[in-house]
Amino acid sequence: MAFFLETLIGGLMAGMLYSLVALGFVLIYKASGVFNFAQGAMVLFAALAMARFSGWANAALGGDSLILANIIAFIAAGGVMFIVAWIIERLALRNLVNQEGATLLMATLGIAYVLEGIGQTLFGSEIYNIDVGMPKDPVIMLESVFEGGILINKEDFYAALIAAALVIALSIFFQKTSTGRALRAVADDHQAALSIGIPLNRIWVIVWCVAGVVALVAGIIWGSKLGVQFSLATVALRALPVVILGGLTSVPGAIIGGLIIGIGEKLSEVFLGPYVGGGIEIWFAYMLALVFLLFRPQGLFGEKIIDRV
Amino acid sequence: MKIRTLALAISMATFGLGSTVMSTAAQAQAKEQFFPVIVYRTGAYAANGTPWANGYVDYLKLVNAKGGINGVKLSFEECETGYATDRGVECYERLKGKGATVFQPLSTGITFALTEKAPVDKIPLITAGYGRSESQNGAVFTWNFPLLGTYWVGADVAIQHIGKQAGGLDKLKGKKIALVYHDSPYGKEPIPALQERAKMHGFELMLLPVAHPGVEQKATWLQIRQARPENVLLWGWGVMNSTALKEAQATGYPRDKMMGIWWAGAEPDVKDVGMGAKGYSALTLQHGAEPGSKVVKDMLAMVHAKGQGTGPKDEVGSVLYMRGLISAMLGVEGVRKAQERYGKGKVMTGEQTRWGLENLNLDQKMLDGMGFAGVMRPVQTSCLDHMGSSWVRVHQWDGAKWNFSSDWYQSDDKVLRPMVMLASGKYAEEKKLTPRTPEQCKQ
Repeated sequence: MAFFLETLIGGLMAGMLYSLVALGFVLIYKASGVFNFAQGAMVLFAALAMARFSGWANAALGGDSLILANIIAFIAAGGVMFIVAWIIERLALRNLVNQEGATLLMATLGIAYVLEGIGQTLFGSEIYNIDVGMPKDPVIMLESVFEGGILINKEDFYAALIAAALVIALSIFFQKTSTGRALRAVADDHQAALSIGIPLNRIWVIVWCVAGVVALVAGIIWGSKLGVQFSLATVALRALPVVILGGLTSVPGAIIGGLIIGIGEKLSEVFLGPYVGGGIEIWFAYMLALVFLLFRPQGLFGEKIIDRV
Repeated sequence: MKIRTLALAISMATFGLGSTVMSTAAQAQAKEQFFPVIVYRTGAYAANGTPWANGYVDYLKLVNAKGGINGVKLSFEECETGYATDRGVECYERLKGKGATVFQPLSTGITFALTEKAPVDKIPLITAGYGRSESQNGAVFTWNFPLLGTYWVGADVAIQHIGKQAGGLDKLKGKKIALVYHDSPYGKEPIPALQERAKMHGFELMLLPVAHPGVEQKATWLQIRQARPENVLLWGWGVMNSTALKEAQATGYPRDKMMGIWWAGAEPDVKDVGMGAKGYSALTLQHGAEPGSKVVKDMLAMVHAKGQGTGPKDEVGSVLYMRGLISAMLGVEGVRKAQERYGKGKVMTGEQTRWGLENLNLDQKMLDGMGFAGVMRPVQTSCLDHMGSSWVRVHQWDGAKWNFSSDWYQSDDKVLRPMVMLASGKYAEEKKLTPRTPEQCKQ
């Protein structure tokens, strides 16, 4: 029982981390109707910027204050992500207003490759460390109830809390602010939004900036866990089944989807894996998402689109 | 008439100039031994692939700085694979026509793909410390050279070392040893050798595959926490290694009970984990980090000091840099040996280089003279043994650097040789190959 609970909790916390990346997909889709394939590359780019700025700032400060170095690096990396958002809007998206969804998708694929390449050219392809003081050692709980207790990974626990806080903040932003409502209007119909005076270009810069900040937070958390290196870009692939399952337009969907995928893949790997040779968690997550799609094609919380003919 | 004469003159001049350029190019090509360099400086494994590539290319530059191989200068061209097998095959196809001496793909997957192409194109494949373990048998795998060691050697020595630490191999009976491996041909390669040892000594072998690239291992380490194996063997590459060490820390598994293969025992695997990896050990393919060796001093003085270094100066002498450097040295020595038979100062073909690699005899005196004193032990190949050496040491991470922590080991030929013969025999049967006879070997 203790092992089952441990796996379950581990899955929940992994799921929260997937949600963090999935949020980036949802944000951009919700606000602009674009499925942003470059989200993983943005996570890598933001994490590389954060890691290098933190290292340089720390060296400039004489290694005395890691906290101050991290704050400076966070602001600088945020600035870099703003510039990235602005360039993407000016060079790619502005020219694609009212184009087919597939065209926009292909554009984001191109952006992904460009960001991965430029990121590694500017910041290098070594493994960099982000030290934001996340605890690495585990904590064992309920030792009196279960033999050996239940292991909780403190780093994952704190990361899950940060992800939850970010989700709440974004939900409020979308529901309660005028900019959030404008973003949703743009997503529904570019032309209609333009006709009522919503500045499309500015809205797109804003949403890519917000997605950049989400990528930065995800990059810091994942980079702290894995080290900052190219594989961070592939973390986005772990979030794909989450958005398929949760729905592309729902912030809570990204969270619930993340939790279901996290639990599903960990339980499957531990309890089914040994019977089929192991290493199943990645494709099992996709299978789980596809099974859900059979019953709810729009995802668990996605908007059901009805077009009049 | 005048125009026709002018046109004719221009044509002849152009032809003459073209011929001159072509013959110069041909002469330049004829005087240079071409080494294709298959690398991955981008992608998920770039952090590990880059220092290997830098060491490889730097060594070729060092040989040129010393005058080439008996006067024959080396030329090279890199081709990027991103560790993808299809791109590796593309690189092979593109570079083989340029007079490739030898290919070193640095990927077991690409090696598997090229094993059937190499005999057709008559270009040897050096797979130092990776590739197919049964390719040690040169009677069947005529063109493959898994020099210095295979994964079966690594698996065998790992169990010897664990047994020694436990107080004898007989003490392993009833114990559990887990193998956390990259779910790819590379990661699966040691399994037969470990299963053989498990049968011999009565320990239980837990097999835990990790999907590419290895960034998600939580479930794997929860299984380890539950099963509590006495030792964990790590057969990872790139980010999978540092992730495994971080997960071991996060689940409280002692790092001094973990041992990696030589591809899981370099600076990029542990640097980011720092003190969290303290106590972790890994096998070495003879060498470790060798910043004090003579070859490294030569490299700094003759290549880097002249601004011709391929990578950063502080990387010279690190584990994977040395692996690349030694891999290049083995190829160069194959050519040098071939020149002894086919003509000193001449450019060798792939076929001639294959003979050189099959008759390598790098004794300690030669190695020491080349600057490898304390780095390597002798390598001697033959028709039946394309590996040439199975010396292995163990080094341990102290939180800041690798230090050797064991004496030299050798794999047990009594255990591995029958496996090699059986597996290579099966391969020959499947591919309808006739293994070379001792007489054919002498040719």
